[in-house]
Amino acid sequence: MTALLALHEVLRTYKERRSNRPIQALKIASLEFARGETAAIVGPNGSGKSTLLEMLAFLRPPDQGRVVLDGHDPWLAGDPVEARRRCPLLLQRTVLFKTTVLGNVMSGLQFRGVPRGRARQRAEETLSQLGLAALSNRGPRELSGGERRRVALARILALAGDILLLDEPTAHVDEDNTALIEDAIRRLHVAADGQSTVILATHDSQQAARLAQRVIRLSKGEITSMQASP
Amino acid sequence: MQTIGDALRNALHLVLTLDPGVREYALRSLLIATVATGVASLIGIPLGVFIAERDFRGRRAVVTITNTLLALPTVVVGLVVYTFLSRSGPLGGLHLLFTVPGIMIGEVFLVLPIVTAFTLSAVARTDRDVRTTALALGASPTQALRTVVSESRFGVLAAIIAAYGRVVSEVGVATIVGGNADRFTRTMTTSIVLNVDMGNFGLALGIGIVLLTISLSINVVFQSLQGGTAE
Repeated sequence: MTALLALHEVLRTYKERRSNRPIQALKIASLEFARGETAAIVGPNGSGKSTLLEMLAFLRPPDQGRVVLDGHDPWLAGDPVEARRRCPLLLQRTVLFKTTVLGNVMSGLQFRGVPRGRARQRAEETLSQLGLAALSNRGPRELSGGERRRVALARILALAGDILLLDEPTAHVDEDNTALIEDAIRRLHVAADGQSTVILATHDSQQAARLAQRVIRLSKGEITSMQASP
Repeated sequence: MQTIGDALRNALHLVLTLDPGVREYALRSLLIATVATGVASLIGIPLGVFIAERDFRGRRAVVTITNTLLALPTVVVGLVVYTFLSRSGPLGGLHLLFTVPGIMIGEVFLVLPIVTAFTLSAVARTDRDVRTTALALGASPTQALRTVVSESRFGVLAAIIAAYGRVVSEVGVATIVGGNADRFTRTMTTSIVLNVDMGNFGLALGIGIVLLTISLSINVVFQSLQGGTAE
């Protein structure tokens, strides 16, 4: 297996607010993700899933160890903006910018310097694929919770990258919207001829089994098991 | 003592006849408020963003001082600026005392803390999740900062509105630094004070109502700007 993304001897701690004592958020000796793989990180709240995804998205550096993308450690070169662009992350908390749905879906493309016309075209295509075209001109306040989550997903999918990180993609979403989001994740994998790598965090074991080829279980920041989905 | 009815009639008369005196005071007040708010915004918005975004030694003290300055009495600002601009003061050579630019300088010092503190508060409130979302979508640190400022724009606009309102309505700086000289530095507020002193309550109330109408119109314009973008 050629690792596309990997963690080596990674340790991440944070300080407890009252006592200022260091608390272990993540401690992983070795974890690798192959190109084209769909992996699910499963664990209860506070198990380190979000911390792990934020590290894979190059939003936070490890206190110790290395996070490697295509064999290189992007943190060595300073701010890893190019690595972040390859590894977009759908955060657990949905934050839509104060613009239209279309503007939101264009935002990631515009951060990458894609010309406005092309970004608009790409965003419109993505919204159509997700059945959100009718919402294009609405503002975030005019959307339901499920619609907001789907727009946030569309914003990530519009980037059409080869790596996709999803933190609780169906958190606080009703059954219908959950099915639509899961379907979009599956279709993405098919559309990329199995070449896209999807890593998602979820507290729902059944969702992990439905979507992922490999399930990694975390508890208190450490891997407790890793197995192929049935 | 004249009644409110007299005041309203006075105000209507002043507006309908485009009274040259009131027109002059109103235009002067608006010019001073526009320039002072503009300059304070040019300095205060970047300063507020800087304080909100950067973690530096003494940051908490700077925030406390900025918030304390929000309650700065206008007469104190007027007095300090008067001291600096008076003939024997360090800036006396500029001959800005009892001039419109002198009032503008005083007003800038008065509203700079308002623009800075409101901007700081708006950006700090917006920052964490918006910044992380922008970075997670591939923004560079500069693009993420620009996004944070853009997302705080309603708060920043509120800072500008508050500053403008404060300058238009204040009397301390305009009186002490401007001297309330007719045809040179008299503004709407100093004119109201003068008319009250002279016992012209009806005229003073009339000018006050004109001032309120102008403030209301400006706020309506600002609010339409705020509402012009999808939220």
